[in-house]
Amino acid sequence: MKNSTMQTATVSEDVIQVENLVTYYGERKILDDINFSVRKGEIMVIMGGSGSGKSTLLRYLLGLNMPTSGSIRLLGKDITRMNAREMHDMRKNMGVAFQGGALFGSMTVGENVQLPLCEHTRLDKNTMRIMSRMKLEVVNLAGFEDLMPSELSGGMIKRAALARAVVMDPRLLFFDEPSAGLDPVASAELDELILRLRAAMNMTIVVVTHELESAFKIADRITVLDNGEILLCGTVEEVRNSTNERIQNLLNRRPRDETLDVDEYLKRLTGRDI
Amino acid sequence: MKYPVKREGKFTVLLLNGEIDLNCSPDARKQILKYLNNNENLLVDMSAVEYIDSSGVASLVEGFQLSRGLKLDFALVGVSRPAMQVLQLAKLDKIFPIFESITDCL
Repeated sequence: MKNSTMQTATVSEDVIQVENLVTYYGERKILDDINFSVRKGEIMVIMGGSGSGKSTLLRYLLGLNMPTSGSIRLLGKDITRMNAREMHDMRKNMGVAFQGGALFGSMTVGENVQLPLCEHTRLDKNTMRIMSRMKLEVVNLAGFEDLMPSELSGGMIKRAALARAVVMDPRLLFFDEPSAGLDPVASAELDELILRLRAAMNMTIVVVTHELESAFKIADRITVLDNGEILLCGTVEEVRNSTNERIQNLLNRRPRDETLDVDEYLKRLTGRDI
Repeated sequence: MKYPVKREGKFTVLLLNGEIDLNCSPDARKQILKYLNNNENLLVDMSAVEYIDSSGVASLVEGFQLSRGLKLDFALVGVSRPAMQVLQLAKLDKIFPIFESITDCL
């Protein structure tokens, strides 16, 4: 751990810092003045309902989209100002487990897990093979390395994606909807695994989820998003005890009270102003 | 980078130290395999290891397997807490012979 990004990060314990982030899709504002930080070794859960902007926020944290304004500092460096080469180097410190797994269907599970090692290192092939098998052991997929992704269940795909995400022992792990589509037992196992990874590797982990039970189990802190803005960033207790109506709606699964602007609604249907 | 080595009885003792990561693990691997291929019984002293990543652990795994094929003794000694946590994650604390001190191996 000797590269410059890591040295910079030791100055501050905040390894992720998002400041005044504003993003648009076309003319539609998606994220509005987002500010939060994540400390080294912390599990931060970004929670919100469908359409709250949480997956969009993740895309910006990963450097997949460039924001309209604001900054995103990972390990002390602003990724919104990085060129492709710098971003490539930064990605060596980042692991990502996407919601659908995003495994390559034409490659075996083992080849998928080894992919980041092939791309970012010049390790001996045997070392790479052992590393990928160790990570498959960790996610309880030992012996499945020669299968194709199409031969795996939903839960196994999630775990294989997690194995690939952590094969480089990244300092930052991003996990999109780990529990989505899993049964309660598989979901609980994945939560335990996330906690074990943090304990052993001291990873800083950002989990995007709308699953309350999972969020409360793994989070050190929770950022609650709604309509592209942060309602609260605090501990599990602070979120539970919040008196904010929108947070309580989310916690108690109450449907949103949609207020309609007549002119705006007509414009949406007709595409024209009055 | 070359890690220090000393002799203790019938063992060659390799003293790993600092952070064994993607940058350093190929050197550690090279030394581990070299001593074993020289038919030397090997202890890996990990008391000064501040961090070891999967590539470092993979080198230990490779060395341990080679030692078994060659019928040589191989053990980890004084494994530091951060290194032990990484071994435990992959249940390797139950696989490697692990001793608290070199004296325990002699």
